[in-house]
Amino acid sequence: MGDFRMPSLGADMEHGKMVEWLIKPGDYVHRGDVVAVVDTDKTVMDVESFEEGVVAELLVDVGTTVPIGTPLARITQTPDDGAGQAGGRPAGPLAKAASGTAEAAVTAGAVEPAGAAAAAAQVPPPVRHLAHQLGVETAGIRGTGRHGAVTRADVEHAAAARPRPAAPAVPAAAAVHAARVPHGARVRSSPRARRLADQLGVDIGSVPGTGPDGAVTEADIQRAVSGHRAAVPAEEAPAEEAALPGAEALPPKETPPSEAQDRLSSLRRAIGALMSRSKKSIPHYYVSTTLDLRAAIAWMQQVNEQRPVASRLVPSALLLKATALAAREVPEVNGFFTDGVFRPSSSVHLGVAVALRHGGLVAPAIHDADTLALDVLMQQLRDLVSRARAGRLQRAEMADPTLTVTNLGDLGVEAVYGVIYPPQVAMVGLGKLVEQPWAHDGMLGVRPAVTATLSADHRVSDGLRGGRFLARIDELLQKPEEL
Amino acid sequence: MNEQDAREAVHTAIGQVAPDVDFDGLDEGSRLRQDLELDSLDFLRLVETINEATGVDIPERDYTAVATVKGMIDYLAARG
Repeated sequence: MGDFRMPSLGADMEHGKMVEWLIKPGDYVHRGDVVAVVDTDKTVMDVESFEEGVVAELLVDVGTTVPIGTPLARITQTPDDGAGQAGGRPAGPLAKAASGTAEAAVTAGAVEPAGAAAAAAQVPPPVRHLAHQLGVETAGIRGTGRHGAVTRADVEHAAAARPRPAAPAVPAAAAVHAARVPHGARVRSSPRARRLADQLGVDIGSVPGTGPDGAVTEADIQRAVSGHRAAVPAEEAPAEEAALPGAEALPPKETPPSEAQDRLSSLRRAIGALMSRSKKSIPHYYVSTTLDLRAAIAWMQQVNEQRPVASRLVPSALLLKATALAAREVPEVNGFFTDGVFRPSSSVHLGVAVALRHGGLVAPAIHDADTLALDVLMQQLRDLVSRARAGRLQRAEMADPTLTVTNLGDLGVEAVYGVIYPPQVAMVGLGKLVEQPWAHDGMLGVRPAVTATLSADHRVSDGLRGGRFLARIDELLQKPEEL
Repeated sequence: MNEQDAREAVHTAIGQVAPDVDFDGLDEGSRLRQDLELDSLDFLRLVETINEATGVDIPERDYTAVATVKGMIDYLAARG
């Protein structure tokens, strides 16, 4: 048996507020399943379970703020039960009754006879989350990733290729949705649908889903709004809304100005506290170099020319990949300084500072950025930024970047000198892309260029090593086709 | 596509990418990147959203022509 506790979602987090439970007592959760939505001072994010087992009890109510480490739910490990159920996500007694046949029908297809636990371990949380959103059962997917790990592409493929679910599963799932999902139960939906529902003030649990496995789609939300404008938010003063039947359209459920102000000031406070700690405790040094992007931009434009807009690259993707590769070669900038000791990281989890449109910023990580193909990195960057802005980041993304890149220069400045985010030991700043006069071989020409800066921890490295790191980024960008 | 349709498509797309933009006070000379604060990923999403809604593909070489709200509307009106 284990407790699911309020996790630390970043060095500056002291407490978190429970925003939404995605599980309820009786649910079976895997390690890595997204089980709750938590609000820190900085952002709202999805939190996954470290435990596997049956949810015995939820210990914290929605709306409660608790310090990190506080038990949030009790999870009972029941191996026998688990072996039978691990493939599915029974949502309660109803689904449980149906799960026998449904499981049998689904697994009859193409399930590897791998143990459920092994299969679970092979599915990274983001992929599991995606599978969950698409209503795909990961146990039935043959992984094509490293060591047979299930990748995003595998999940998407499975979702696309999936035969219509077996008969017994559908009515059960549909019935659950049609009968309005009990509050607190996981509603299958895309983040965009969820966000839209939130904006329009629609209780997503009351919307019948038409997507895979009854998932609620954006279209469903829009239909729900145009169909019956009386739809009211689940928790936000339903009486008030219902009392205005004459209102021609539901006003978007904006956060009230005072709340937005509070949020912004608490976010600024959190950033301020961490940054002053960083400046006080980390002896920063700064170096900068100008990256020649002629080759990289020319190559990217050529590639983009052949592509639909959905798969085009932006210069940031190339810069991030080159940075990640250079960080692998210069480990003094990639890792954590804790308890007086530097621990280099063997993986490069590249934190990307994302400006939130309502103010402030967060820096979630792209995991193993150095090993990702450029196109994959680009897709993950887009996904990460949109989820950061929608408040759908996950715990691991916030907690473990090993080196952070701030690309604020994208919106205007030529150079940005970052403040190191402890316990990391370096921060890379990328300025905006500018055309500048460039002397080469005794000739003057014009080249697209970006100023890259490094703020690094003098306890761990010095200017020579830091300079080497930046120079390596420049070298890597001269052969963009190899990134 | 006439100018009014193009304007509507552009407004809708901007609304999706940057929900905080206030159209009442919007000057159509506003630059998407600098004035509306769309970063390169936002801009890409805007181009993608417009492509999905109108079928008009804006290749990268034309990005300078669609740097402002007005530029984007004119571009769509001419090609949609």
